Amino acid sequence: MKHMTRKATRHVNQNEGLIFEKSSSGKAAWKLPPLDVPEVDTAALLGTAERKDLGNMPEVSEIEIIRHFTRLSTWNYAIDLGMYPLGSCTMKYNPRVNELVVRLEGLANGHPYQPERISQGALRIIKTLSECLIEITGMDAITLQPAAGAHGELTGLLMVRAYHESKGDPRKKILIPDSAHGTNPATAAMVGYAVENLKSNAQGMVDVAALASQMKEDVAALMLTNPNTLGVFEQEIHKIAEIMHAKGGLLYMDGANMNALVGKVRPGDFGVDVMHLNLHKTFSTPHGGGGPGSGPVAVKRKLESFLPTPVPITKPDGTLGFDYDRPQSVGRVRAFYGNFGMFVRALAYILANGPDGLRQTTEDAVLNANYIRKGLEDVYDLPYATPSMHEVVFSDKLQAKKGVKTMDIAKRLIDYGFHPYTTAFPLIVPGALMIEPTESEPKEELDLFVEAMKSIAEEVEEDPQMVLDAPHSTRVSRLDETAAARKPILRWKPGS
Amino acid sequence: MGARSIDDLFSPIPAEYRLERDLKVPRQMAESEIVDWFRERSRENGDSYATFLGAGAYYHYRPVIIDSLISRGEFLTAYTPYQAEISQGTLQAIFEFQTMICELTGMEVANASMYDGSTAAAEAVMMAVRLTGRRSVIIARSVHPEYREVLATYAHHQNLPLSTTAFKDNGRLNLEDLEKSITADTACVLIQSPNFFGTIEDAAAIAEIVHKNGAMLVVSIAEAVSLGIVEPPRQADVIAMEAQSFGVPLGFGGPYCGVIATREKFVRQMPGRLAGQTTDRNGKRGFVLTLATREQHIRREKATSNICTNQALVALMVNIFITIYGKVGLKELAKQNLAKTAYAAAQFGKHAKVLFPGSPRFNEFVVQTSENPYAINSRILGHKIVGGLPLKKFYPELGNAALWCCTELTTRSAIDTVVGLAAESERSVRSAKEEVEVAQ
Repeated sequence: MKHMTRKATRHVNQNEGLIFEKSSSGKAAWKLPPLDVPEVDTAALLGTAERKDLGNMPEVSEIEIIRHFTRLSTWNYAIDLGMYPLGSCTMKYNPRVNELVVRLEGLANGHPYQPERISQGALRIIKTLSECLIEITGMDAITLQPAAGAHGELTGLLMVRAYHESKGDPRKKILIPDSAHGTNPATAAMVGYAVENLKSNAQGMVDVAALASQMKEDVAALMLTNPNTLGVFEQEIHKIAEIMHAKGGLLYMDGANMNALVGKVRPGDFGVDVMHLNLHKTFSTPHGGGGPGSGPVAVKRKLESFLPTPVPITKPDGTLGFDYDRPQSVGRVRAFYGNFGMFVRALAYILANGPDGLRQTTEDAVLNANYIRKGLEDVYDLPYATPSMHEVVFSDKLQAKKGVKTMDIAKRLIDYGFHPYTTAFPLIVPGALMIEPTESEPKEELDLFVEAMKSIAEEVEEDPQMVLDAPHSTRVSRLDETAAARKPILRWKPGS
Repeated sequence: MGARSIDDLFSPIPAEYRLERDLKVPRQMAESEIVDWFRERSRENGDSYATFLGAGAYYHYRPVIIDSLISRGEFLTAYTPYQAEISQGTLQAIFEFQTMICELTGMEVANASMYDGSTAAAEAVMMAVRLTGRRSVIIARSVHPEYREVLATYAHHQNLPLSTTAFKDNGRLNLEDLEKSITADTACVLIQSPNFFGTIEDAAAIAEIVHKNGAMLVVSIAEAVSLGIVEPPRQADVIAMEAQSFGVPLGFGGPYCGVIATREKFVRQMPGRLAGQTTDRNGKRGFVLTLATREQHIRREKATSNICTNQALVALMVNIFITIYGKVGLKELAKQNLAKTAYAAAQFGKHAKVLFPGSPRFNEFVVQTSENPYAINSRILGHKIVGGLPLKKFYPELGNAALWCCTELTTRSAIDTVVGLAAESERSVRSAKEEVEVAQ
């Protein structure tokens, strides 16, 4: 084969069945200490509530468990293995010191209802992180309670609604650009708002004239991602904010792309009223194969009284505590205080960086994206020439002539030892390739990526079928998603 | 690249908004300083205290290999498994998790996880509203108070009338009350079992009333370890679980692991990610995320929920925990919880009033004292033990009551210590009363 990859090579990995298929009766990997209280008669205690059969639970030894999950793990791609340029996902390095500090005894075993006087450590972490995030965003107040970005959106829009209700009219609509994440319209619907689409202009930005005509007194807020999903900074952000505010509306910012801004510009300074952050994107907490995340929501002073309960406070004696008496609050969005373990990791990241490190992180992220853009702009179609921030969006226009689509290129990228970029998003770019390298990638890895993408572009010209059949080097080839959805098999059954 | 300096790359940002100063955050620290800083916070956070707290967050032993395995970078630093060919590890683990939850709950399908038990319960209720086309919701007062608060927040803008049904002196749902309040507009009834007081509800009797009225029964399970010895509410239509007890650290309240399980026929209205089995081009078994047409990235404002990120790594902890204990261990573990609790409740019962007698309970119980439980707890704290959760904030009608929890990690000596202090409190209140009587 002409196109060889320098980054990846095949190697042996182990086959492994489902844990249920490995089970055999009598094996065990557990041991309880001897009971120091009298044994009980479970039938007498529970009566008809006693469970007789646990169904198909595995019975395996400890080494089998270690091997089972270790083998599964080797079937995954991960940041630890190489560049993971999923646009909009900010797949940066997840520092290991974060994992150590979150496991310290008092933090790992702290009960959410333990008395405040023995919770000062956790409360100090919450307070310090809150202060840092308020400073980074340029906002006035924050809640750390939401469990993820979409949950933050829900919380933010609940506050938007409560704000308008306090003025006598909740309003009816939320404006959302056509380039937005799917969570934005889904969230607006959950809060009882109608969604009105806002078309992007030729530069891929908000069409300010269209916004001015669509912004009416019945619009509660605009949900804006900035930089937007094209990786483009909304240069007329001040006009956008003015238009919203002039008619009493609020500006909501989806902070998914905050990695382009930290230390360089603050949303609170350019007119944002409410925004969420993704600690699992910008602040380095691990994605873990799809969570847990954390989605704090920062607001301007006028929205502070609507924050979810409880709100952390400093008490008159100087100790920290929670305030539950918030009559205007939108209520609770989650039991307890949010994904505390993610707060610890995010704060460790902020402390490891300091002001200089945070600024440089942003600069490097933007530099890396522009380096890729420069490297690939002659090979892939760039639908919007507007300057890129932390991510760059190409289209498959040139390759589609040979019948090769963005998903095919993505699958071929796997053979070159990379995780694919985000495919087919944003929706305003047909056949999008959305690439976000983050600051974590060294130049060598970026060069390998550019080389791989160029090589694939050549392959498309020479042998499109080979690209259409990719990946060629994985454990499984392309999987039949249609069959999976048509006749769903969502669990293992004995004998299956 | 055509840029002369880094500043060139930031030129799209209008100059007036560019931050020309350092962020006011703590200075950059060395790794050793970071570890020291958090060690200090850990020490300020009750490390080495024994605890009798439960109430939706349970202190169980976490076998060592859970963290060994979830710390593998291939699990820890992977994204949501959209690219199935290089995510088979995560996908197969989710598929196993879904199977385990089905087996344990007696349901037919389960999702890949939700944020936590409280949001899972709220989403399960929304699901019942969509499935029945009805609007109102009845919630047992014995459901975790914070779960009820979350549901109230979620339901507020859906204009769903919420009402609450009382519990009886035996701690169980008041069935007569339920019969009276259920109507042709009731979409679902939400109960928790074991409920907030640790009492196991009679799900069969409740389901009969609910189903007779064409509504759905949604059951929240906050203490997953109970499933080792307590019959699951098989009559439920939807089960919304918190799986934290299965190997997830207390972590001051999160991240935890919610999950929704239900009947196969309801799956298209279930929120959250789902892994499904399929084959590749060579007929080899593999797994993919499936039924995405329910989800926000496809359906946008018409999606079943806005949920995107779930709790995959925490669900992996749960999977590994269940695998370690397995068919026999889960039962033995639950039996130890039951035995410790039975002992503690009996010991407390000699000196104070243990509420809700006559119904089965798992590992929590409510003790009513003469003295304010905050005062008793503060003496208990002197022994480096955290006492039960005072209930005045949530259930003022129960007076000086506290919710106590025992797990396999609760020692007899800790139980004897706290019972001793509670007994002392009762004696001193009694003798103070007698002194007053004598003086009169």
